[in-house]
Amino acid sequence: MDFYRAHVLVCGGTGCVSSGSLTIEEMFNQALKERSLDKEVKVVRTGCFGLCEAGPICIVYPEGSFYSRVEQKDVERIVDEHLLKGRIVKDLLFVDKAADVTEIETSINNVTFYKKQKRVVLQNCGVINPEVIEEYIAFDGYQALGKALTQMKPEDVINEIKRSGLRGRGGGGFPTGLKWEFTRKSKGDIKYVACNADEGDPGAFMDRSVLEGDPHAVIEAMALAAYAIGAEKGYVYIRAEYPIAVKRLGIAIAQAKEMGLLGERIFDTDFNFDMEIRLGAGAFVCGEETALIASIEGERGMPRPKPPFPAEKGIFGKPTVINNVETYASVPQIILKGADWFTSFGTEKSPGTKVFALGGKINNTGLVEIPMGTSLREVIYDIGGGIPNDRQFKAVQTGGPSGGCLTVDHLDTPIDFDTLTALGSMMGSGGMIVVDDTNCMVDFARFFLDFTVDESCGKCVPCREGTKRMLEILERITSGTGTMADLDQLEELAYTIKDSSLCGLGQTAPNPVLSTLKYFKDEYLAHVVDKKCPAGMCQDLLSIVILDEGCIGCTACKRVCPVDAISGEVKQQHVIDQAICIKCGACIPKCPKKVIVKQ
Amino acid sequence: MTKNYLTEENFAKLHEVIESHKDMQGPLMPILHEAQHIFGAIPLEVQKTISEKMNVPLAEIYGVVTFYSQFTLEPKGEYLISICLGTACYVRGAQQLIDKVVEMTGVGVGKTSLDGKYSIEATRCIGACGLAPVLTVNEDVYGRLVVADIPGIIQKYNG
Repeated sequence: MDFYRAHVLVCGGTGCVSSGSLTIEEMFNQALKERSLDKEVKVVRTGCFGLCEAGPICIVYPEGSFYSRVEQKDVERIVDEHLLKGRIVKDLLFVDKAADVTEIETSINNVTFYKKQKRVVLQNCGVINPEVIEEYIAFDGYQALGKALTQMKPEDVINEIKRSGLRGRGGGGFPTGLKWEFTRKSKGDIKYVACNADEGDPGAFMDRSVLEGDPHAVIEAMALAAYAIGAEKGYVYIRAEYPIAVKRLGIAIAQAKEMGLLGERIFDTDFNFDMEIRLGAGAFVCGEETALIASIEGERGMPRPKPPFPAEKGIFGKPTVINNVETYASVPQIILKGADWFTSFGTEKSPGTKVFALGGKINNTGLVEIPMGTSLREVIYDIGGGIPNDRQFKAVQTGGPSGGCLTVDHLDTPIDFDTLTALGSMMGSGGMIVVDDTNCMVDFARFFLDFTVDESCGKCVPCREGTKRMLEILERITSGTGTMADLDQLEELAYTIKDSSLCGLGQTAPNPVLSTLKYFKDEYLAHVVDKKCPAGMCQDLLSIVILDEGCIGCTACKRVCPVDAISGEVKQQHVIDQAICIKCGACIPKCPKKVIVKQ
Repeated sequence: MTKNYLTEENFAKLHEVIESHKDMQGPLMPILHEAQHIFGAIPLEVQKTISEKMNVPLAEIYGVVTFYSQFTLEPKGEYLISICLGTACYVRGAQQLIDKVVEMTGVGVGKTSLDGKYSIEATRCIGACGLAPVLTVNEDVYGRLVVADIPGIIQKYNG
C-alpha cells in the first residue's frame, strides 16, 4: 500500500461543491503534481464536514489544519508553504469566533463548533472518501453485517435495536425495533425494506449529507433490516434534487455488489439481498410513508389511510419496513458496539444522538450532531456561534413546515423528542432555522403555509381547502387588512385541520401558525390592530421616511426615485410623499447619511 | 422554443427505455424520468407513446406527470434561473431576489420567456444553506447574494 506523509481532505458535500470545492481539489492535484509531491501528499474528496458556512473547506492532516473559505489563489500558498515547507498558513485558517480570538487554533479538533458535538451518524462524513468502499471497510464497515449474519439470529438483531431505544429520526420518533418486529411478524412470502431519503423539509440536509458522505452505512443498515425482517429486496427513495447523493449511492451499491456484500449468499450464508434506487420528482408529500409507497409503485404520490400500516401492507401490497436515512445510519454501530453503548448518549426516552441542520440567521450554518438532551442554548450559541451582526435571537423553527418555533424562554430546554412535542413543536427531521428580530413571525408562518398549500396533494378536503383558507387569512394580516375575527377563525381552522386531515402533512401543517400565535400573539395584534409590522418586513405595512435630522439635501434619493415621490431643494431637508411612494426602497442604500428608514 | 425535440431519434431512445424496464415492478416513475431526460419535457405525444407501449391508460400517466413538480409538459428555456425558496434562504431575503429577477427578465415565476431564453423557477431547498440565499442558472450556483448582485448575474447570460 502506498504511504503518504500528508493528506488534503477537500469537502465534496453539496454546500462546498456549490462554492467551487471541486475546482479547488483539481488545483491541489495539479499543484502537487507540478512540484512532484503527488507521491507524498494525497488529496481526498470526502463528504460534508458540517461547517458549511466556512466552505469550501480543506483540512490538511496530520496536523488537522482547518482551512476555510479556500479560494483558488490560496491553493498554491497552502501547497508551497504548508505541504512543501511545513509552515501552516495561519491567515487562511478558520477563525473560531467562539473561542479566544487572539488564539488561532491550528487543529480542527480544538474548534468550538466540533467540541460539543458527538459524531455517531456522521462519524465517517468528512473522514473517508465515500466513493471508495475500502475506506468504509477500514473504519469497521460491514462488520456489523458480518456479525449479524454469522453470530446473530434475526430476532437477536431486532432485540438489540429494541434495547437500544432507537427512535425514527424522520420526525415521528416511533421505536425502530418495534417497527421491525411488527414487520417480521406480518404474514407474507415477500417483504421489503425501504429507505426514506425524500428529505423535503426546506432547510434540512442531514440525510443528503449522510448519503453523500457515508452511503455504505445506509446500505449496510438496510441489509441488516432485511435480515431482521426476512426481506430480500430494498428500495431507496431519494429526491432527484440531490444529484451528488444519488450518484454516490449508486457507486456504493455497485461496489458492494462487486464485493459480494449485496447479492446472493452474502458472507457465505443463505441470506440474499439486493437494492434499487428510486427517484422522487419534487413532491414534499412523498416523504409521508404511504405516499412514498404509492410513488414507488408508479402512482401519484398520495397518502393512503392507515391502518393498514406499511408493516402489514406496504410496497406492492407486501409487508415493508420504512426508515429514514439517519435512523439507518445509526444501526450498524448499534449492532457492532451494542445497545448499551448507544444508550450511553442522550436521554432516557430519546437515546443516542441527533443531527441538526442549522440555518438561517446563525453564524455557523451547517450540520451538527449532538447527544439528545443538549440544550438549545448550547446548539445556537456554543456550536452555532450565535446570531450574525449582533442581532437579537428571536426564535428557532424546528421540524420545518410541520413543526413550530421555540423562543428565548426555551433556550435552556434539553432537546429530545418529547420536550419539543410538549412545547408545541416537533423534532421533525432536524431542520433548525434561526430567525432574528428583523424577521416577522407572521410572515414566517405565512411562508410555511404557502409551502403547505403548494405541496398539499389534494386528496383530503381539510388539507386542500383548509390550508388555502388559512393562507388567505395570513395574507390579509400581512397586507394590513386583517381583522380580529380573522385571528379567531385562523385558530379554529388550525385545530379542525389538525384533527381531520388524512396524513401527517395536513395534521401538522397548522403547527407553525399555532405556535407563532401562542408565542408571538403580540406581533399578530400589531399587524391587525395597529397595522404595523414590528420587524419591518411586511412591505404593505411599512412607510419609507427620511428622518428629520441628518438629511444634507444631496438629492441622491430624489434622483433614484422611480416615481418622483421625493421632493426638496438642494441642501435642504427632503421629504417622501407617502401617497406617491411605491415602497421600492431604491432610495435607502443611496443615502450617504443613512437617514432614510423603513418604519 | 422553436427547436424540434420530438425527433424520431428521441422516440427510438424512448422505446429502448420502455423495453429495458419491462421486467421492473413499478416502472412508470423511472421511465418518466428517462423520458424527461431525453426530450427535456413530457408533452402529450410522449405520454401517448408511453401509454401505448406500457398499456397504461393515458389519463393515469397524465395524472402522474402533472402531480410531480419536476416533470414538465413544456421544455424549459435555455437558461433556467432557479431561486431557492427554502426556509434558510427565505429568512435571508430570497423573496427580494425573486422580485428582482422577475423585474429584470420580465418573466413570471414558473414561466418561460416567449423567446425561450429564460425560465424562472422558485425551488425548494437545494441544500446549500451555508450559502443562503442561493440561486442557480442551469449548473452555475451563486451564493451569499444580495439584490445588487442580480443585474450582474443576468448580464452574463444576456449576451
